[in-house]
Amino acid sequence: MLELTRASRHFGGVRAVDGLDLTVAEGEIVGLIGPNGSGKSTTVNLVSGLFPLTSGTILFRGEDLARTPVHKRVGLGIARTFQNIRLFGHLTVWQNLWVAQNSSADRARKGFFARWLGGSAGVRREIGELLAFAGLAHKQDELAANLAFGEQRRLELARALATRPRLLLLDEPAAGMNAAEVGELRDRILSLRGRGATILLVEHVMELVMGVADRIAVLNFGQKIAEGTPAAIQADPLVRKAYLGGEVT
Amino acid sequence: MDFYYGLAQIVGVHTLLGLSAYIVLLTGQVSLAQAGFFAIGAYASGMLTVLLGWPLLPALGVGGLLGAIVACGVGFPALRVHGLMLVIATLAFGEGVRLFFFNFDYQIARGDIKVGPLGGEGFRQIRYFPEHGWTTLEVMLFIWSIVAATMALLWWFDRSRYGAVLRAVGEDELAAQSVGISLTAVKVSAMTIGGAIAGVGGGLYAHYTTHIEHTSFNILVATFAIAYPIVGGLASVFGTLAAVVFVQGFLIEGLRFLGDWRNLLFGALIVLAMNLRPHGLIDAAVLARMRRLFGTARHA
Repeated sequence: MLELTRASRHFGGVRAVDGLDLTVAEGEIVGLIGPNGSGKSTTVNLVSGLFPLTSGTILFRGEDLARTPVHKRVGLGIARTFQNIRLFGHLTVWQNLWVAQNSSADRARKGFFARWLGGSAGVRREIGELLAFAGLAHKQDELAANLAFGEQRRLELARALATRPRLLLLDEPAAGMNAAEVGELRDRILSLRGRGATILLVEHVMELVMGVADRIAVLNFGQKIAEGTPAAIQADPLVRKAYLGGEVT
Repeated sequence: MDFYYGLAQIVGVHTLLGLSAYIVLLTGQVSLAQAGFFAIGAYASGMLTVLLGWPLLPALGVGGLLGAIVACGVGFPALRVHGLMLVIATLAFGEGVRLFFFNFDYQIARGDIKVGPLGGEGFRQIRYFPEHGWTTLEVMLFIWSIVAATMALLWWFDRSRYGAVLRAVGEDELAAQSVGISLTAVKVSAMTIGGAIAGVGGGLYAHYTTHIEHTSFNILVATFAIAYPIVGGLASVFGTLAAVVFVQGFLIEGLRFLGDWRNLLFGALIVLAMNLRPHGLIDAAVLARMRRLFGTARHA
């Protein structure tokens, strides 16, 4: 579904991502891990289109994304969350999901006037389902800025889902969460997998990545140093060296 | 009584000017181009009624349409600049329009006199209202029916998904793009709607003053346009109205008895108002109170 070939992004002399080959197949959850500054978030930004590639290609369902602007990539089915939460703080929880309904299916939806007057029955039902999934049904009229941190993370995930993605890019969704919240997040990701979601998961919290990913790629200094099943990655000496620094005995 | 009707006319037209900046400001664009669209609407509709003898409503419509077209044209390059750069770019556009009308002559003979715009002399004798026997009260009511219709339309936009999308773009462009919102469509459409409102407002202005010149559309007018929604707050269209009443009704007319001291106090009171009500005269809390009063909930 997603195919990066020799993808590179250089910032001046810094090679944030350097010749990265990475694929994500339909229905797969791929974990992307690596030390700070290894290029994980940059990879997400390249796929979602916030930065152009310096060289290489990114194909999504066989289509070259080089000239596709950010919002059109969302239309193709690529949605994301942000490492540092970026909600629309002065919109309500409900409105945050409403403005994210931009898929072609949503645009073709009947009921022009309903769109103006608070959404058609179908819109309200789907937003209701997303709110239930995120556990935010009781907060739908709160301003997003007034939510607790964990709730904001859940809303951001729901907002990404509201675009009807084929591929979900999660950029450190567990950052700042406590153990219980990480557990809830894992359950949510597994429930998405149950519905056939395809996910590229960038994460530092190993218990989450190891628990949900089918396959893990490890980045260090912008390059892929290992790839394999969670068990193989945990045993890989190169990975341990990159994370722990220094020689592996 | 005519004094108050005249004041109400000023407040009405300035409300349109403020609303034209309000919808653009919702998308996070600080535009000083509104006075330019206002000028285009004023000259265009004035020329249509005076030179071609058009009725007022279609002339206002064309003024609004021209304002919208030019604003749409300004909207595209404006996408490329942000913040202060956008302020400077739109300021330059507004000044460009003003200087165009400073040099714009198009006069025809009407009996003994010549009518039409005459450069620095301005455009005199836009006498549609007196020629058709409208009283000040009737003109005031006409202006306010257009203001009310515009406010109702924008109020409806605000409650719609479109309004939420405008605010989403204003709040975080990057996040808005990342949920599939086209910044081009949203920002240019907001600028276009703002241009239409300013154009209609300019047409009304030309006809009630009967005399316009390039200085009627200077940087001060552009500053007022953007100051109204900022002072009034972006929570709702009523903030802009409240700000216009506060500035035009109270600060400018109400304090006239202070003479030269007025200008000094004017600035001080704006600063005071902004300090006391940092989110505008009518902020979210006031709106929530109003909503409770009228018992309307959002998604109930």
